[in-house]
Amino acid sequence: MTDGGTSEERSTLRRWLDSDIVQSSPFWLPPFLLMGFFVYAAIGWNLLLSLTEYSGFGDPDYSNLGLHNYRAMLDDPGMWAATRNTFVLLVGFTLVCLVVGLLLALLLDREIRFSRSFRTIYLLPFALSFIVTAQFWRWMYNVNNGIVNQFIGLFGLGPYRWLGSPKLVLGAVIFALVWQFSGYTMIIYLAALRSIPNDQYEAARVDGASTLRMYWRVIVPQLRPATVSASVVLVLFALKAFDFLYATFDGYRPRRGADILATKMVRESFGRAEWAYGSSIALMLFVLSLAVIAPYLYNQYKRGNL
Amino acid sequence: MSEQSVTTEQATSTDHETGGISIGQIGLYATLAGLVGFYLIPIESGLVTSIKTSAGLDNTMPFLPPTTGSWITFEKWQVAFDFLAPGMVNSMLFTIPSTILCAILGSMAAYGLTLVDWRGQIAVLSLFIAGIFVPYQAVIVPLFQFWSQYMQLGTRLSFLWGLPLLEPHYATILELIITHTAYGIPIVTLLFRSQYKTMSEEMIEAARLDGASIWRVYQRIVLPLSIPMFAVVFIFQFTQIWNEFLFSLTIIGSTNDPAASATLILSGLGQSLEGTDYPLRMAGAFITALPTLLVYVLFADKFAEGVQT
Repeated sequence: MTDGGTSEERSTLRRWLDSDIVQSSPFWLPPFLLMGFFVYAAIGWNLLLSLTEYSGFGDPDYSNLGLHNYRAMLDDPGMWAATRNTFVLLVGFTLVCLVVGLLLALLLDREIRFSRSFRTIYLLPFALSFIVTAQFWRWMYNVNNGIVNQFIGLFGLGPYRWLGSPKLVLGAVIFALVWQFSGYTMIIYLAALRSIPNDQYEAARVDGASTLRMYWRVIVPQLRPATVSASVVLVLFALKAFDFLYATFDGYRPRRGADILATKMVRESFGRAEWAYGSSIALMLFVLSLAVIAPYLYNQYKRGNL
Repeated sequence: MSEQSVTTEQATSTDHETGGISIGQIGLYATLAGLVGFYLIPIESGLVTSIKTSAGLDNTMPFLPPTTGSWITFEKWQVAFDFLAPGMVNSMLFTIPSTILCAILGSMAAYGLTLVDWRGQIAVLSLFIAGIFVPYQAVIVPLFQFWSQYMQLGTRLSFLWGLPLLEPHYATILELIITHTAYGIPIVTLLFRSQYKTMSEEMIEAARLDGASIWRVYQRIVLPLSIPMFAVVFIFQFTQIWNEFLFSLTIIGSTNDPAASATLILSGLGQSLEGTDYPLRMAGAFITALPTLLVYVLFADKFAEGVQT
């Protein structure tokens, strides 16, 4: 629809103005600039801060940049503990959530009365915030009155200080988070299970395969894409477990054994005003999540899902 | 589940039903009921705890309701509500505008990025999508510095605070609106894009050939078709922003701040040197969760569809 220009130059300009990138930019450029400033510029700024020695007085000194914060990390025993706990939380929470969610989905993926109500109830904790669920689980884990201790007391066990003991606390946190998020995994798996054609179940049944064998050989392998996408989201939630820990322990100072990079980062920055050190931990966290996400995004791109 | 698959599944299982209820069926329903207990007991025991006096708390199991009238009190709800009411108003004041802004900007971005077909498109899109996965910790220090040292909306907008209905702490609310909008854009863009990709290209092409401008196609074709997705995005973002805590903690800073959000106030509620006032905290938890629970109960199915995409 061009041909308005007389000179070569004019028509180039005209073609440029008519190009899709320019025509569509009013739609994507404003959101891009807003997000780009707050997300990517902020990360860049964070990187810069992590190279300074800024600890809360005046302005950061950007003229003297160095890697000392990253070196300090290597000598910080709290850093190793937090990294270890972060990995245990990420891996433990994600795996248990996947397994529980898959089992829930397999249970519900039959003709069952009230299956919609069951689904709604199992997903209910997902609608609550970390701060709210933390209140419930503090109470569940309470040493004297907590249901968890009363329940295991029936079997002559406990009581344990679930949230007070360095050995138990991380497991207790993971358990509570699985309660909150396994319903989400279930929803993802249910969607995937329902997209598997019915005749595949039939064929397996006609072959005389046992139910268990059928699921293991025929159904579960087809759930790989669902597993990948659910894992990615679960890792994200695990990275946000800060909120839960904050509300459980009344501040960014969790009991020994439950400190993760996210809590340590906020404590160093906002608690001890070690802004530069906090920023370097933040960058570690960012790299960690990037390491999880980048392969996923690349994979999605290659499959044409982006 | 589609109608078709329901009927086929029923057809295959009629032989089970004619033989009465099998042991397997009983086991299945027992498991499902047990799981209902697992998912509801923490919430249920929170609810009954919130109406117990300290005598009721001492004398009944945590998940059982108080047995005598003198062990029941609604006072904690009253106290929690008095603490939380300003926070609920503040949370509404930033949650609703950011949700709406996110939805509009995300839908526009998704449209713009689905329509374009140039080399850099995938790069721009990747930046949008990768934005979903940025841990908030990676940005809060710069964000805190930006709002508290460089932008200082409270001072810049000080000329406004003399006007009726405007209060100084709205500056903080405005900061939260902008921040939540910026961080909501990536996920909302992805949600809309997943829908726009499935739209018929011929229809849009035809409209373009008829001379409709890009804006017109958006207004007349794309927007009406994306109303269901707008509903999903509203539910999702409303819950996300209402429940968010870290931005409140860092941008607002203190529970006593007049701009304090509901989650921020809840995080410090009923906490004293003697210990935690559990009934008060539980009442607070329910009051804080009420708007999202309401949205969830009213739109549970839409919500389930939304997270599936």
